[in-house]
Amino acid sequence: MAKITFDGIEVEVEDGTTILQAARKIGGDVVPPAMCFYTPLKGSGGKCRVCLVKVTQGSARDPRPMPKLVASCITPVQDGMVVENTTNEDVLNARKGIVEMLLINHPLDCPICDQAGECDLQNLSYEHGVSATRYEEPRRTFDKVDLGPYIQLHMTRCILCYRCVYTADQITDKRVHGVLGRGDAAEIGTYIENVIDNDFSGNVIDVCPVGALTDKTWRFKNRVWFTKPLNAHRDCPTCSGKVTLWSRGDQVLRVTARKDEYAEVEEFICNTCRFDKKEVSDWTIEGPRNIDRGSVISANHYELPVVNVPIVPNLPKSTVKKMPTE
Amino acid sequence: MELLSNRSKNVAQKEMTLSERMYLPAIAQGLGITIKHFFKKKATINYPEETRQRSDVWRGLHVLKRDENGAERCTACGLCAVACPAEAITMTAGERKKGEEHLYREEKYAVTYEVNMLRCIFCGLCEEACPKAAIFLQDDKLAPARYEREEFIYGKDRLVEPLKTTETK
Repeated sequence: MAKITFDGIEVEVEDGTTILQAARKIGGDVVPPAMCFYTPLKGSGGKCRVCLVKVTQGSARDPRPMPKLVASCITPVQDGMVVENTTNEDVLNARKGIVEMLLINHPLDCPICDQAGECDLQNLSYEHGVSATRYEEPRRTFDKVDLGPYIQLHMTRCILCYRCVYTADQITDKRVHGVLGRGDAAEIGTYIENVIDNDFSGNVIDVCPVGALTDKTWRFKNRVWFTKPLNAHRDCPTCSGKVTLWSRGDQVLRVTARKDEYAEVEEFICNTCRFDKKEVSDWTIEGPRNIDRGSVISANHYELPVVNVPIVPNLPKSTVKKMPTE
Repeated sequence: MELLSNRSKNVAQKEMTLSERMYLPAIAQGLGITIKHFFKKKATINYPEETRQRSDVWRGLHVLKRDENGAERCTACGLCAVACPAEAITMTAGERKKGEEHLYREEKYAVTYEVNMLRCIFCGLCEEACPKAAIFLQDDKLAPARYEREEFIYGKDRLVEPLKTTETK
């Protein structure tokens, strides 16, 4: 076990845990953001640099500070480590610069993009970015590509986090898409229009932190904040069948995997569940999905916030709010 | 009992005098008031021929603007509808097809766009929320009174700015 101090909060974690995971154990506002790191995907992380933190004391045995800011998602903790995230001015400035870098080639098409409202980059730039751009050169543009009948790739929006590549590598049997080119010319591509036809290929939509990979069955159907998220499940032979339905009225507009507070999927779902089961009768509905109050998705939804559950008997489990522990 | 204010009047039914019983002076007095009003400035105007001067920031009927090439600016992003406190705005989005570039500015556009003028409180939050400068509340138009409720639901046919077919200047 290793004991570290993160933003002045002491936490004890297993050896080999990364700083980011230790911070997530604390939870709340101190957790560094992550655009490329994804817990269920092995080897992800270390690419986007938004999770940079300052290590002011390397360990109890060697208390020297680390000379540069380190990526918290791939740096393991050491006993006695002291880490600063929100309390360090350098970290916040560096993060601001990184957001600016990520936005250099990202188009400002949030009003069109289907990811808007649940986009990690949108949240990140809202919290850490600057509202104006200093970039004057033309942004790189690509034509949109159809990856099979269900997935659409907008390469202009991609921030090259490699999450979808890892997903294709680890979840699906054979990878037919990867990153082509280097540096500024790098792009997600399928080898000669190879169609992703694996049963679990739809998960690349869920792992994409931006709107680069989107669901074609959901394309321009509605905005995410007008839909009602519901937890539902069905008896699926290929996957767990536990999903979130995004519905409006009696219509199921979209099916996604269940995502936690860090937008990481709890269980990957198969393409049949995601793209073909768009009827309420296909699903057993468990109840409304709990969405963070600060999110735009919960705007204009007037659900009663049930905080003290025992007062109201027989409530579905999904209404139970996770209260911050003091 | 102690009075709360000094404004209360004692009412007593007195015997009327002869001149009061004749009513003629009272009629003359009343006519005088009526005639005086003939020469006063009128409080009303002949709407709709005449309109009152409105403030520069008056928020009237909505308009969906077109850009300089005549293409619709609205991309159906839904920010006006989510900002609307009265939930008066509904829309459905569609994808622009090839050859429609002169009609719609972006690849997504509003297929239907409805504002319920009975719900609308003309607060202007939709105008403020719009990232594309598409919706504005005009300062010279009002939502007129109508007989049917359905007529208050303004669709795109009545909201979108008409195309300028002839050069005016």
